[in-house]
Amino acid sequence: MQTTPMLEAAHVSLRFGGVRALTDVSFAVRPGELFSIIGPNGAGKTSMVNCISGRYRPTEGSISFEGADITSLRPNARAGLGIGRTFQNLALFGHMTVLDNIMVGRHHLLKHGFLTGMVYWLGGAQKEELRHRREVEDIIDFLEIQHVRKAQAGTLSYGLRKRVELARAVALRPKLILLDEPMAGMNLEEKEDMARFIIDLNEEWGMTVIMIEHDMGVVMDISHRVMVLDFGKKIAEGAPDEVMANEHVRRAYLGEADEVLVDPDEAAPVS
Amino acid sequence: MNWELLFQLTLNGLIVGALYGVVAMSFVLIYKASQVVNFAQGEFLLVGAWACWWLLTTFQLPFIAGFLLTLVFMTLFGLILQVVVLRPLIGEPVISVIMVTIGLSIFFQALMKWLFGVFAQPFPPIFETNKVNIAGLEVQTVYLLSLAISLVIMGGFAWFFTVSKHGLAMRATAFDQQVAQSLGISVRQVFAMSWAISAVVSSVAGVVVGVVNGVSSALSFYGIKVFPAVILGGLDSVVGAVVGGLIIGVLENVAHFVDSEFLNWGNMFQIAPFYVLIIILMIKPYGLFGTKNIERV
Repeated sequence: MQTTPMLEAAHVSLRFGGVRALTDVSFAVRPGELFSIIGPNGAGKTSMVNCISGRYRPTEGSISFEGADITSLRPNARAGLGIGRTFQNLALFGHMTVLDNIMVGRHHLLKHGFLTGMVYWLGGAQKEELRHRREVEDIIDFLEIQHVRKAQAGTLSYGLRKRVELARAVALRPKLILLDEPMAGMNLEEKEDMARFIIDLNEEWGMTVIMIEHDMGVVMDISHRVMVLDFGKKIAEGAPDEVMANEHVRRAYLGEADEVLVDPDEAAPVS
Repeated sequence: MNWELLFQLTLNGLIVGALYGVVAMSFVLIYKASQVVNFAQGEFLLVGAWACWWLLTTFQLPFIAGFLLTLVFMTLFGLILQVVVLRPLIGEPVISVIMVTIGLSIFFQALMKWLFGVFAQPFPPIFETNKVNIAGLEVQTVYLLSLAISLVIMGGFAWFFTVSKHGLAMRATAFDQQVAQSLGISVRQVFAMSWAISAVVSSVAGVVVGVVNGVSSALSFYGIKVFPAVILGGLDSVVGAVVGGLIIGVLENVAHFVDSEFLNWGNMFQIAPFYVLIIILMIKPYGLFGTKNIERV
């Protein structure tokens, strides 16, 4: 059965001057999938995510979301369509409270603006605000950050900040959420928590997830499918165990054998 | 010592300082949202005051109508200025943007002189009584009004930044444009909005000062006075802008007092704020409330 992919990248290439960050990468993510992108450092994983979120425009190729071409849309328009993301390096608004941080995530969902908000009680803005607050509280409960709700985001521990950042992205109510190394720098316990949150987001909240992660254990445990990038090229794609069995992947990761630079023509797609 | 004069001048200082604070806030607003140091801030006052004056004298509009029309005009003025002149400069070096705002400043000064002449023009009388007595101190009615307007504007800013959706969007943009975009905030809209608000708020101050002293190119001097205020308060702090404005206003008047009573040097009150500017830059370069790591230009 063929369904429209949630997200489809077709022959995406990205160049910065002479540096080829991505070369002819194509893949599709089905609705409801938990899709991971892995690869060595500098393989182009974050570049790929930035192309999807709109931070970069691909030099060639196109990206479509739910069947519509979004290659030339600005990042904020893509967020409006339902693509949320977190960042590899924490990017919280440090001086704001946790609550405000999450409320910013609801920006495009708030209908009332500067002028209509002034007639707060008349225009139903109050009702709207209450509804949003309730949803935000749901998200806060879900991610178990109730106790730091009023704290300044900049004062929290690293693991908590990562969680708040996830909460902010979730507040957007995206259909597709892009997680750039959600577990980097975490201890084992925090990683387990985060993995559970991601699975819940995917299964209970129905979000399609694209995740970049270095921790192979987690990736192999929770992903439905995995794509492997190396030097900006796709070298494998498929179910976790298939990918791990792939010779090119092992070579790229472990530096086995004589040839580390993988030529895409040689790379046999797995699935 | 002439205590009565000192009180009178301190009160004047607070009132003028509140106006400095308002202009400083609109300066900080632009700086915070779009990282542009706007050397044409004083010209916002000038353009606004002349526009209001023109509406009142040419069409004989009542003050309130003319004032509201001025606000509408200044909103469009700020928007168009941002979209036409500053939007193409996004991503250009800071120094280029500063040069452009200096250019804008010169351009609008010359334009206003060309359109309205070089002489100060008084506003038509607005209030029945020019001065009122408060606890034995003579205060111009318009100053009282200006104090009230300043407080309303400050309250409005506080509400805007803490409660409203756009204020939150603007703070988010000031922190990190990339993240703000990923959350669905249009950075272009935020920039345009910050310029529009800044132009409107400055023009309110321009009209108030115009009503007191008459409209002339001297108004744009407020754009220079704003620098000691914002440097003192911290370039990126709205609260700092208000506090800095008040301090500079009072300082000016106290300097005036000291000068006229004891020193008799002449125009010391005009340069006193700039001594403060230099001293602050030497001992506390980020100001009283500023963020430590912001880039100085």
